[in-house]
Amino acid sequence: MTLLSVANVSKRFGGLVANDQISFEVPEQTVFAVIGPNGAGKTTLFNTISGFFSPTEGRITFDGADITGLAQRKIAARGLVRTYQLVQLFKDLTVAENVQVGFHLVTKGAIGAALLRPRWMRAQEARVRDEANELLAFVGLAAQAGARADTLPYGQQRLLEVARALAAQPKLLLLDEPAAGLNTGETQALAEVILRIRDRGVTVLLIEHDMSLVMQIAQRIVVLDFGKKIAEGTPAEIKTHPDVIAAYLGTEAAHA
Amino acid sequence: MHDVTWGPALDKVTHKEKHRWSVVEISGALVGLALLAVVFVHGGHFLTVIGFAAIYGIFCTGLNFFMGYTGQASFGQNAFAALGGYGTAILCAGQGWQPIVALPVTMVISAAIAVVVGYPTLRLRGHYLAMATFALGLITYELSVEWIGLTQGYMGYAGIPPLGIGRYELTSDRQQLVVLILVLLFGVWIAQRLKDSRFGRALRAIAGSEAAANALGIDIARYKLAAFVVAAVYASVAGSLFAHFIGFISPEVFGLSMVTLSFTMLYLGGIGTIWGPIVGAVIVSILPEAFRGLKELQDIAYASVLILILIFFPKGLAALPGMIAHWRARKAEAAS
Repeated sequence: MTLLSVANVSKRFGGLVANDQISFEVPEQTVFAVIGPNGAGKTTLFNTISGFFSPTEGRITFDGADITGLAQRKIAARGLVRTYQLVQLFKDLTVAENVQVGFHLVTKGAIGAALLRPRWMRAQEARVRDEANELLAFVGLAAQAGARADTLPYGQQRLLEVARALAAQPKLLLLDEPAAGLNTGETQALAEVILRIRDRGVTVLLIEHDMSLVMQIAQRIVVLDFGKKIAEGTPAEIKTHPDVIAAYLGTEAAHA
Repeated sequence: MHDVTWGPALDKVTHKEKHRWSVVEISGALVGLALLAVVFVHGGHFLTVIGFAAIYGIFCTGLNFFMGYTGQASFGQNAFAALGGYGTAILCAGQGWQPIVALPVTMVISAAIAVVVGYPTLRLRGHYLAMATFALGLITYELSVEWIGLTQGYMGYAGIPPLGIGRYELTSDRQQLVVLILVLLFGVWIAQRLKDSRFGRALRAIAGSEAAANALGIDIARYKLAAFVVAAVYASVAGSLFAHFIGFISPEVFGLSMVTLSFTMLYLGGIGTIWGPIVGAVIVSILPEAFRGLKELQDIAYASVLILILIFFPKGLAALPGMIAHWRARKAEAAS
């Protein structure tokens, strides 16, 4: 079944066409990747899907409902949660607290509940702590639970961001260049985590620059170049696609 | 929440993990108690100074919600102290209300005004928010000077009764100080509860990264407003308590000096911590008294000590236990 459908989505900033009539469908329980050279419009597409801004044209359907132009917060509430290319952790909070914040959408209670602490609130807090620890164990950060988030090495900060996003119990997880700035070992750890997330029933849509990661974990890949979709297919198909080779290596190479 | 488990929690942190009191915290508490004992025996002017410190402690505990946990700037929280103070003066001295009734009424009025004023203002960020809130304080000041029919202008409002219930009034300074400290501790207790909750986490998330908080579904505008209102209610209570404690208020009481003083207290004590605002309030209140004997050098000595504290404890004195733990860890690491 299709979880996310992007139909003829365009985004223009004045005269600049960042995304031009892009369409694709992300099936449930897959790892789906969007790749492309720098400036191809990947992050714009991601921002449009996640509701950071509205598309100029086109429709985005998620889990059977039209989410075009909805606020990011409301899209997140429907189960589409994103991470950022530059890690956006809550630096003054501990690793565990960062993940606990992630449960915001799937928990309730504000000032009144915080003050009176009824039984359900205490039970909820206990569950949030437990499940946050489970998520940290899931991404391999259990030992760092009590550390301040900004003391982690960069690779672990990425994993923490993923764990925090998972806390919101998304149906679709959007990862914006998760391997950026990671070394080979860290990228490998990340790849394993992403595959295990999919195995848990969460669909993953990632934008990536790192071809080795994408070819290893994605079932299906869309390639953007100059704002247009130039190819879509399995990793094997994409590797041999002439337009993709042209986009990555230059036109002469493709025609040579 | 549905019941997906993410695998075994390898090192589950137990919930009942008790807070272990560090040496610094214990000595801090002891110094505090000793100070109170001296004040109670000694009485007089020093008791008034500590009373002010308690009132400022309440004010700063509230301000800490907005500036510390949520990471937003407000240069105009004195407006809500003025609302509380003048509300109390007008209702109790003017209308003859019971203090115990007037206090919650002024709190509700301040909260309502904070919602109305905060809703448009909190769309601003950074310097713009600082300027808008600064204007708020100035407007309230001008109103308290010019609206003579309501506030009695520069003359100020006198004859405000001390706190009390029914016929029983807290007539002595010592009784009043006890109540001020109880209210302060109650305020700290509430702050602690609010901080350690889904609500408090959302506020601290906003301070950390608005982009990430938004992506996790936190309604940023709403939580900022909530923090602003909490801060306003604390400020209002502080203003009311000041009016009851001294029995007289004038526009100057809630003027610009309140802003600079409360900022000094917050940063000196440790912004974003539970006890920081109180530590700051006590030290900033006592220092000028301690240097009184230096006469004309008093201000210089006061400023020098403030600067020294901020150089050696840039995160405030409340960060001291954390710093010591950090040093010890580094020492242990170096030794191993």
